[in-house]
Amino acid sequence: MRSRVIQQSFSEAPSWVVLKMAAKRDYHSSIGECEGCKRWKFKVVFLCVLVGFMGFLLGWEGSVWGRGRLEREGLWERRAQVMVQEFNLSKTQLQALAVLLSSSEREISERIEGPKTRSLPCLLEELCSEKKQSGSNVNEGAMLDTNNSLKKDSNKVEIVPFSVPSVVSDLKDGQIISYWEEFLKSTKGLLDLITENRSMVLLSVLIVTVLSIRILYHMKMLNLSNEHKNLKQLQSPGYKSGGKRKKLLLLGVLFGLSVSVWIFFSMNENIVRRRRETLENMCDERARMLQDQFNVSMNHVQALAILVSTFHHGKNPSAIDQRTFEEYTARTAFERPLTSGVAYALKVLHSEREQFEKEHGWKIKKMEREDHSPVQDDYDPEKLDPAPVEEEYAPVIFSQDTVSHIVSVDMMSGKDDRDNIIRSRTTGKGALTAPFNLLKYNHLGVVLTFAVYKSELPPNATPQERTDATIGYLGASFDVPSLVEKLLQQLASKQKIIVNVYDTTNSSSYIKMYGPDVTDLDDVYKSGVDFGDPTRKHEMHCRFKDKAALPWSAITASIGVAVIVLLLGHIFYQALNRIEKVEDDYREMRELKGRAEAADVAKSQFLATVSHEIRTPMNGVLGMLQMLMDTELDATQQDFVMTAQESGNTLITLINEVLDQAKIESGRLELEAVPFDVRDLLDNVISLFSDKSQLKGIELAVYVSSQVPDVLVGDPVRFRQIITNLVGNSMKFTEEGHIFVSVHLLEEIKNSCEPSTMFEVPHEVNNKKEISSYDTLSGFQVVDRQRIIDKFKIHDCPKDSGNKVNLFVTVEDTGVGIPEEAQSRIFTPFMQADSSTSRTYGGTGIGLSISKCLVELMGGEIGFVSKSGIGSTFSFTAVFEEGRKISGDVKRYYTEPTPSEFQGMRALVVDGRGIRAEIVKYHLQRLGVHVNVATDPKSALSALLEACSLSGRGSLDMVLVDKEAWSDGSALTFPRPLVEQQRKGMLEHWQKIPKLFLLATSSSEYDDLKSAGYIECIKKPLRLSMMGACLQKALGVVSKRQQQARGDSLALRELLKGKKILVVDDNAINRKVAWGALKKYGAVVTCVDSGKDAIRILRPPHEIDACFMDVQMPEMDGFEATRLIRSAEKEVNELIGRGEMLIETDQHMGYWHVPILAMTADVIQATYEECLRCGMDGYVSKPFEEQQLYSAVAHFLESDPTSDAA
Amino acid sequence: MDVSMLQRTYTDLLTSLFREGILNQQFIELQQLQDENNPGFVNEVVSLFFEDAGRLITELISNFNQQAVDYKKVDAYVHQLKGSSASIGAEKIRSVCQTFREYYDKNDIQGCYNCIQPLKQEFMTFKSKLEALFALEQQIVAAGGSIPMMRH
Repeated sequence: MRSRVIQQSFSEAPSWVVLKMAAKRDYHSSIGECEGCKRWKFKVVFLCVLVGFMGFLLGWEGSVWGRGRLEREGLWERRAQVMVQEFNLSKTQLQALAVLLSSSEREISERIEGPKTRSLPCLLEELCSEKKQSGSNVNEGAMLDTNNSLKKDSNKVEIVPFSVPSVVSDLKDGQIISYWEEFLKSTKGLLDLITENRSMVLLSVLIVTVLSIRILYHMKMLNLSNEHKNLKQLQSPGYKSGGKRKKLLLLGVLFGLSVSVWIFFSMNENIVRRRRETLENMCDERARMLQDQFNVSMNHVQALAILVSTFHHGKNPSAIDQRTFEEYTARTAFERPLTSGVAYALKVLHSEREQFEKEHGWKIKKMEREDHSPVQDDYDPEKLDPAPVEEEYAPVIFSQDTVSHIVSVDMMSGKDDRDNIIRSRTTGKGALTAPFNLLKYNHLGVVLTFAVYKSELPPNATPQERTDATIGYLGASFDVPSLVEKLLQQLASKQKIIVNVYDTTNSSSYIKMYGPDVTDLDDVYKSGVDFGDPTRKHEMHCRFKDKAALPWSAITASIGVAVIVLLLGHIFYQALNRIEKVEDDYREMRELKGRAEAADVAKSQFLATVSHEIRTPMNGVLGMLQMLMDTELDATQQDFVMTAQESGNTLITLINEVLDQAKIESGRLELEAVPFDVRDLLDNVISLFSDKSQLKGIELAVYVSSQVPDVLVGDPVRFRQIITNLVGNSMKFTEEGHIFVSVHLLEEIKNSCEPSTMFEVPHEVNNKKEISSYDTLSGFQVVDRQRIIDKFKIHDCPKDSGNKVNLFVTVEDTGVGIPEEAQSRIFTPFMQADSSTSRTYGGTGIGLSISKCLVELMGGEIGFVSKSGIGSTFSFTAVFEEGRKISGDVKRYYTEPTPSEFQGMRALVVDGRGIRAEIVKYHLQRLGVHVNVATDPKSALSALLEACSLSGRGSLDMVLVDKEAWSDGSALTFPRPLVEQQRKGMLEHWQKIPKLFLLATSSSEYDDLKSAGYIECIKKPLRLSMMGACLQKALGVVSKRQQQARGDSLALRELLKGKKILVVDDNAINRKVAWGALKKYGAVVTCVDSGKDAIRILRPPHEIDACFMDVQMPEMDGFEATRLIRSAEKEVNELIGRGEMLIETDQHMGYWHVPILAMTADVIQATYEECLRCGMDGYVSKPFEEQQLYSAVAHFLESDPTSDAA
Repeated sequence: MDVSMLQRTYTDLLTSLFREGILNQQFIELQQLQDENNPGFVNEVVSLFFEDAGRLITELISNFNQQAVDYKKVDAYVHQLKGSSASIGAEKIRSVCQTFREYYDKNDIQGCYNCIQPLKQEFMTFKSKLEALFALEQQIVAAGGSIPMMRH
């Protein structure tokens, strides 16, 4: 059973080994996965191993318990046997008595045969009832007691197997009980020790294993993290740790193997000990049984002796003669199963010999030999010699049938027998002879002799008294080999062990009484046997028949542990290898990543540097080209130079883009925050593309919602860049139709639930013969903008977040559109829709990526909707701040128009398309013109005629007709009826026809215009400045700035002429040059060389119109000087404000603020801001650049109308 | 010498000065400031520069030869020189000054020191070339010709 349990636990083992293998394979296959997963897997494997180990342990424990149970079962078996014996014995006693007292013994003897097959309780019950029936009192109390306790015991045993010792104490049945007590105690202690120790050992092994694994794992993790740290610092890789780990692993495996070896040895030792204990137990058991049986026989012999004394000597005449004795002994032979025969010898003194011989009719014979030499077959007592004369004789008078040959033999004639007889009669106890070959049987045997006394002896009789009282001797020969044989047959497992019985009275040479010859002496257990004769000693020697079997359980267990250890070791080894490899890979990747990043940084830096380096010479090239264009060139040369300059400009733009990209990539791009006019900016963008759009015949228009504030604070350059990029992009891909830039507030877009009110939702407006006309700028279909808005996350700017303005800018075109598959990579740098795009349309594909970055920098989003063949719409949002409208601070591309010129004028816009009309209206409204819109020719004409008839208020100043107002192209002939009317004189002289303007993308023949009745053609795209100029020219509005068109130089001269200007510079040469330059423009220049002088001169009142101040001067720099000047002005202004100072000139309107411009060689943002902070109004580069000087000065100086007139 | 010859030599010289980067556009601007109201303006300014720059360079060298160099002063000198050279269009001198200041900003004293010699060298070159130019100019004027103007 034990082996089966172990087998079971091992049949479990393969299953978890397989599981582990699977886990391992899993582990291997998942190597490619993430680190986290791996760790997880590791844990799973660990768990599996643990579970497997526990299973193994449980199996083991089970086997241990099973063994314990087995042993316990064996115990009970033996015990039961012993009980049976005991009862058998008691029964035999009863029966002996019954034989004596009644003749109906047959019944009983029959019963004795029966119970061998019956169960113990049954037997017990039977016995008990029998005893009661027979009414015998012999040993009844004890029997009952035993019976009860046994019952109790057997009950308890079922429940508490190990409570036996306590129960056993109830048994008061002498030797057996004490023997059991001892045996059980020792067995239990042993079993407990073994079981406890085993589980303790295994538990500790398990704990140690688990701990070592955990430690190993932790150390690995530690190493890993350390390596990570190392790697982070990009230091040398930790190869050592791998070796260390492997060494640890090796140690662990060695430890595991040694544990397995230890398990083997400890288990083996246990097995050997158990075997030894089993042997001891068995031997002791046999010895005790032998002893007990012998004792029982001895008691019977003693009883016989008493019988003889009672019935032979006590009766006269004797109740016993040879025949009676023979019959009695034969019939009670079963009581003495071990005696081969009994005989009674009478004590006959020499003096009584003759009489005795005469009485019995035979001579006392002498024993054949004195020693116990083997008896010959032809033994015949009749032939024996008569006994020699002795002092006394012990002739056998009665004998059992089996030994009838010794009748008349003098027992005193044998030396041993004589000694025996003498010893027994002096002690009053049975005496044993040394083993000798029994007469006739040729068996080893011993003779037990009891003395029979003639009268009652006092208990403390002296040996002499005993001798004198002796009247006879009862001898019984014990056939030891058969005795032992019988005994062993009764016991189970007699095959297992070999039993030898020795007489050890003479310690130097043992006399063998039973058993085969001894071959080897090892592993012998000796237990003493007491046969009731204190002078003789006997021992029982036991040994196992077979050699100890190989300790399979120990071998399998240790091999199992070793296999587990090796498997674990293998798994860990593989894991370590894997970890090492992964670490190596990781290191390598890190290195590569580092290199790649370095390369990327280097690339960006290279781009930035190269771009910058190219820009410088390119500026030279462009400058020289500009100069070249100023020289006298013929038309062809001029054309070449123009082309070269254009190319140069394109190149510069590209380089700037690349530089921007590099800057954005390196995160160095910072946005300005300066006030700017968004409408002005958009006009500028449009003007950039005006040539192209006119060339292509595309409508290009811009519309800014009236809700957008005039002045915004942000980065106009970047904002412009985004729009320029988008418009440029659209321009590139649009061949016909329109490009429309619209700017709204994000709130407007969001609030207009119906976006169709925002113009461009396509819906057919007229069902004329035209293919399909949409209500868009050019009538072409456009994509739905709403989809972009939906895509935007549209962050809600809280209203209270200061003066934030969220712009929504849309650039809509009717170009080729972006293919669906390319839409995802539109904003990726250097990616165009496809490679053919760059071939067809050119470009780097960098613009949109930059735009996206810029939009994101401005806190906005960019998106687009595009449909191949219809067009694209790009939209973006950007967050600005609302700026206060302070003239001068606002960065402008064009001079601010004075609305007063057109203020109050009325205009009629005639256009079939609402959007286009709206755009014209937008521009006109910027000029301060009231606008009405007429969409169809009839209403337009009637409105026109109506206006004609009204003079003064309500009259029209101008009519703007789009060349393509109606798709039939009738716009050009629209005013014809009017002209005809005029020609026919149908109009009154006071009726003035308003001036008619044609809006066209391409210029028409002037004569055609004239004949059609138009006064001027305004070329689209519409811009405020251009429109203003055109209208001015046509309407004859005199503008102060009319002559600006003559060029900056002239304009500058105009501005500066007669102006008193103070130049402050410590450098004489600079001073001189500045003086020269300003003088050239007609200014009256005063030069000073220090800030102090400047302060002195500029202390109001003074006549200086402007001051150019060097920033970096010794003693007092420009900023400081300006600050002081401003504070001085402030004082004076306050005085004037309080009326304490008279206004001396009207020029300053009682408010002193002389424009101070910084002169600086390197214009950087910081300087500019510093300028503004300390009260300067702007800056000029040093040395002066005409254009820059003009744009700086123009804000502050009004050209003198008097000088202009002069 | 023929006036046209002189004029050509003058133009060549001026062109070479531009090509070599000794002069830049500012010089032309300067020339344009000169008109009948303001004759000899260029000459005046450039002479002023010779004087001023010569003094500055001498000061600079002497300052550097001192035991304790007053770098603040040195920087101020170089700044002034840079401003002046930029004003008259002496490009090479200006760029050396620029380099000097860049070194100064980086606290690279050795770099600054290394700039002194080229500065002096450039100044001498500039002076000699410009003097030659003015001499030619005077010759042209003396020969009754007009000074050819480089167009802007």
